[in-house]
Amino acid sequence: MTWIWSNLDLIWDRTFDHLILSVPSIILSFLIALPFGWLAHRYRASRAVILTTVGVLYAIPSLPLFIVLPFIVGTSIRSPLNLIIALTLYGVALMVRVVADGLGSVDRDVQQSATAVGFSGWTSFWQVELPLAGPVLLAGLRVVAVSTVSLATVGAVIGAQSLGSLFTDGFQRGIQAEIIAGILATVLLALALDAVLVLIGRLLMPWTRRSAIGVVARPGAVARQEVTT
Amino acid sequence: MIEFHSVTKRFPDGTLAVDDFSLVLPSHKTTVLVGTSGSGKTTLLRMINRMVDPTSGSIEIDGADIGTLEPVKLRRGIGYVMQNSGLLPHRRVIDNVATVPMLRGMAKKKARDEALALLDTVGLDRLLANRYPSQLSGGQQQRVGVARGLAVNPNILLMDEPFGAVDPIVRAELQQELLRLQRELGKTVVFVTHDIDEAFLLGDQVVILRTGGKVAQVGSPAEILANPIDEFVATFVGADRGKRSLHLENHGDGDIVVDETGRLAGVLVGSGPSASPSTVSSESKAGPRGPGASAQGGDSR
Ligand SMILES: Nc1ncnc2c1ncn2[C@@H]1O[C@H](COP(=O)(O)OP(=O)(O)OP(=O)(O)O)[C@@H](O)[C@H]1O
Ligand SMILES: [Mg+2]
Repeated sequence: MTWIWSNLDLIWDRTFDHLILSVPSIILSFLIALPFGWLAHRYRASRAVILTTVGVLYAIPSLPLFIVLPFIVGTSIRSPLNLIIALTLYGVALMVRVVADGLGSVDRDVQQSATAVGFSGWTSFWQVELPLAGPVLLAGLRVVAVSTVSLATVGAVIGAQSLGSLFTDGFQRGIQAEIIAGILATVLLALALDAVLVLIGRLLMPWTRRSAIGVVARPGAVARQEVTT
Repeated sequence: MIEFHSVTKRFPDGTLAVDDFSLVLPSHKTTVLVGTSGSGKTTLLRMINRMVDPTSGSIEIDGADIGTLEPVKLRRGIGYVMQNSGLLPHRRVIDNVATVPMLRGMAKKKARDEALALLDTVGLDRLLANRYPSQLSGGQQQRVGVARGLAVNPNILLMDEPFGAVDPIVRAELQQELLRLQRELGKTVVFVTHDIDEAFLLGDQVVILRTGGKVAQVGSPAEILANPIDEFVATFVGADRGKRSLHLENHGDGDIVVDETGRLAGVLVGSGPSASPSTVSSESKAGPRGPGASAQGGDSR
């Protein structure tokens, strides 16, 4: 325990390193998975190819990928960029299927009625299909976030700094508290990111909040204006 | 005015949904398409806003061939109301109504103000404006659907079984509301239903379809009721409704009126030994038809 108190700075630095690796990866995974998921959803022919490819991608073991990737993309092996690319690939592999499933989950009637009242293809995608796929996307993104945070620790083996460095260092120097601190901090970080995602989801998708009363009782600008006039 | 000229629709899988359909739908009138499931009603309706394009034939709105119009633009000028309202579940009532005007470029503030006024038009409390569709009853959702359909002040309003999913009492209420709206607004309404009573109530012109999108008969409700063109139409409209033979059955607690199929048609009020002028409990204004009892058939369908 004393180790933790006297090394809070170190833990904080590694947490920051960890965030630098995971947050961009999570965001990139989502953004990159969107078009591929959409393709897989939209075109039957592409679906099998895309989903099989991402399935295979996910099956690549992480350590070899971290080591091989620099030779392919030309980054240095310890650079955060190398890890971010690898983590993004795994995130994409998970997220593409989620996007395809999420878009597929949108009620056909709602889509049809959006078309019927005059939403054009892209307006309908951004304003109707994507938001309505939101709950599924969020569920997938939460899995991606947690798995990315956990996977980022592996980078420590090849010398990329992260919370994983606390376990590798702890093992080498035989400091048990450091190992425990690394594990705890990783779990807490995963939980914290998950909580952030849930919060973002609530803000962006107020209609999914089942506590309908809260939504109704809070008088919006329009109702207030009407009641007082 | 909407005109169908020899319109045929065959879907890619070979289904012939509409077969050589020609019809004029007069402006400011309600035309009801009625027929059994799969008779092509929805397909016909969707051809008017180009959700479905005909395989052959053409459709004109006020003389312009809609095949030459841009579908998205066309749809933004036509109101559309469907069963289960088709509201966007992630937008508040007010935004659902304001959606299409905003797609057409109206400023948000103005669109919302007009949307609120439309809630009044369809008889909805403005306090519901900030709810999400899932927080409304089915009947309320349908009203929002109608308000949304009216939002761009379209000349044409397409309604696909809009009251199909609500209970009979709410349905009757919504039907009356639509009749009132139609008296005030005089839209060209195309209304799809499989309920012949609803068709006769709402329609200035009623089109009875048989399977395969073939017209069985077109006419005003009175014309069709008086002169069903064939056996199919007669059965469909229940033409026997005017001359149904009703009889009384005693069920202990009182006499009930039963039609020839054994279906309960009404209750004889004030019947029994001490029967004063006996009337059947219905809102019939018709005079007594039978000996000592005026019987009004219930819903024949
Ligand atoms: N997209 C489609 N592809 C293939 N067949 C279709 C399609 N849409 C409709 N059909 C077929 O066309 C026929 C007419 O369908 P339509 O939906 O117009 O019927 P409807 O009269 O509206 O029926 P309901 O009362 O059940 O709504 C049916 O046999 C239906 O299966
Ligand atoms: Mg239909």
